Amino acid sequence: MIEAHHLTKTFRDKKRGEVRAADDISFRVGPGQIYGLLGANGAGKTTTLRMLATLLQPTSGSAVLAGFDTAAEPEKVRAHVGFLAASTALYGRLTAREMIAYFGRLNGLPEAEIRARTKRLATDLDMHEFLDRRCDKFSTGMKQKTSIARTLIHDPAVMIFDEPTLGLDVMTARAIVRFVRECRDRGKTVIYSTHLMGEVEKLCDTIGIIHDGKLLTEGTLTELRTRHAEQDLEEIFIKVVGGEDTK
Amino acid sequence: MNWHNTVTVYLKELKDMLRDKRTIRSMVVIPTLVMPAMMLGVGRIATALYSKARTEIPSVMIVGGEDSPRIVSQLKQSPKLRVVPLATDWKQEISDRKIRAVVELPAGFEAGLPGGAVASVTIYHYEGELKSSFAVSELEAFFRGLREQTVQDRLAARGLSATFARPFETRRENVAAPEKVGGNALGGIVPYVIILLCFTGAMYPAMDLTAGEKERGTMETLLCSPVPRVDIVLGKFLMVLTSSLAAMTLSLTSMTLTVIVGGTLMGSGGGRGAAHAAASSGGTMPMIDPMGIFGVLAMVFPVAVLFSAVLFTVSLFAKSYKEAQSYVGPMIFVVILPAVVGMLPGIDLNARFALVPILNLSLVCKEMLSGVWHWNYIALIFGSTSLYAAIALALAVRMFNREDVIFRT
Repeated sequence: MIEAHHLTKTFRDKKRGEVRAADDISFRVGPGQIYGLLGANGAGKTTTLRMLATLLQPTSGSAVLAGFDTAAEPEKVRAHVGFLAASTALYGRLTAREMIAYFGRLNGLPEAEIRARTKRLATDLDMHEFLDRRCDKFSTGMKQKTSIARTLIHDPAVMIFDEPTLGLDVMTARAIVRFVRECRDRGKTVIYSTHLMGEVEKLCDTIGIIHDGKLLTEGTLTELRTRHAEQDLEEIFIKVVGGEDTK
Repeated sequence: MNWHNTVTVYLKELKDMLRDKRTIRSMVVIPTLVMPAMMLGVGRIATALYSKARTEIPSVMIVGGEDSPRIVSQLKQSPKLRVVPLATDWKQEISDRKIRAVVELPAGFEAGLPGGAVASVTIYHYEGELKSSFAVSELEAFFRGLREQTVQDRLAARGLSATFARPFETRRENVAAPEKVGGNALGGIVPYVIILLCFTGAMYPAMDLTAGEKERGTMETLLCSPVPRVDIVLGKFLMVLTSSLAAMTLSLTSMTLTVIVGGTLMGSGGGRGAAHAAASSGGTMPMIDPMGIFGVLAMVFPVAVLFSAVLFTVSLFAKSYKEAQSYVGPMIFVVILPAVVGMLPGIDLNARFALVPILNLSLVCKEMLSGVWHWNYIALIFGSTSLYAAIALALAVRMFNREDVIFRT
């Protein structure tokens, strides 16, 4: 379960003054659901997700993930969250197995359990071939699979994906989308940020459109189509954010 | 704070660092193999060149001396000089290094010697040129001998003994223990080298584990784990400290072996190398109080902690490895300056200097290596440096908790 209540994050910028990267954002995602956070670059998606993952502290507002408050119990929140973003890289000089084991240890798992889970994840993600090779020699697909295994080693109840298909080829992107769907099917609470309409249409149970730090609208795809009298999600998005010229 | 987490982070960083070829190259291979090989090689070449220059008989010319045939003849017969015919452009020949020196004998020089006249012999040479300086030494030795002989002749002519003009002799005798002589000779340079090695050993990992990780995107991955940030900082900091101490130990061991091996090699070659230059007046290798070495290593520890924490904090602020280099690079001068001041003569340890980081280490190490133990200052220096190190480490933890630093773009 994810519950965000009036999450707001402001930054001080030398040129722009005070910037509200996230402005009064509230939403709720239940187990077995995928919430799609749809927005252009700089809309506030990453800031919102980083606040949920306790990497950033909200200026105001609060969030509860898997029953733990992000401000009061950040370590417990992170112990129940898997965070995968384009910006979360792998240690190039470690092998995939070492990378997964490292995060298993950081999550306090016993060695025997780490070994068992690594084996299972390697089978699920078809990683056996490159499990003992160093990450800096990996293709993008191998890297992404290793990252997924890293996020899943502690079997988190909540998964946060921040543009996980950014810069990936079609085949790898499809594998990621399939994996996200599997997370939902296993009853995990999933939040998925992207600026790709197609992914949102295929994946998300609920869609929230974010722009200039504000969550402008949310609902199922059907609800959004009815509410904005448009069939195409891209057209809905443009209408919601106020036109094509809006950044 | 959880030590299991800290050790987990530390062990991973250690494994990562040991697999980094750049680290191995810059911290292990270069200081332990390449530098000693270069030092020995350069030392060998320098010794060979010096020996060759020393064995060469310098060519000299004589200006004047037509009325001093006996002295000119003695000069020509000297086995340590080769007198060549005078050229008109002899000054140019010295500048062109064709001859090493020219000696000018005044008119009536030889005739004036028994009579008590004061004459002036001029030696022309090439200032700073090694072979020219050897020629000057030989010429001065020749005329010193001639002067002494002349004094003796004059005294004998007046019926006075040779000791008349030499009423007493002076001689020097060392009473300091070899450890003290060695400590005094090396006490200035050893702390300087240790301080520099500690700092440079911490530089690369401090930048790599902070700014480098931010740049590569692994910092955000690590922060996603449930480990409290203080545990991450301590794990990484311990790695920087390990690197600092390891680099210092490896380099110091290698340098010591190089000096010993180099001294033996150059000694067997009959030359006078760097090792011998550092040797005491007795001509043996300088000794250092072994307790002094342990004392220095104990005092270096808090300084290594201080360096590691400061470098970690400064590098953490940078958003890229390159930016970190631009911050850390100039810091080396901040470190070198007090270390150099500590080497200056006349700067002695006192309560005020004992509170100045780096300078205090430099001064106390000099004393400890000479076998002098001021326990009150040692306690003050250890305590104050430990306090500075603790403050720097607390600052590193504080910086690591600042999201505007961690996510600085």
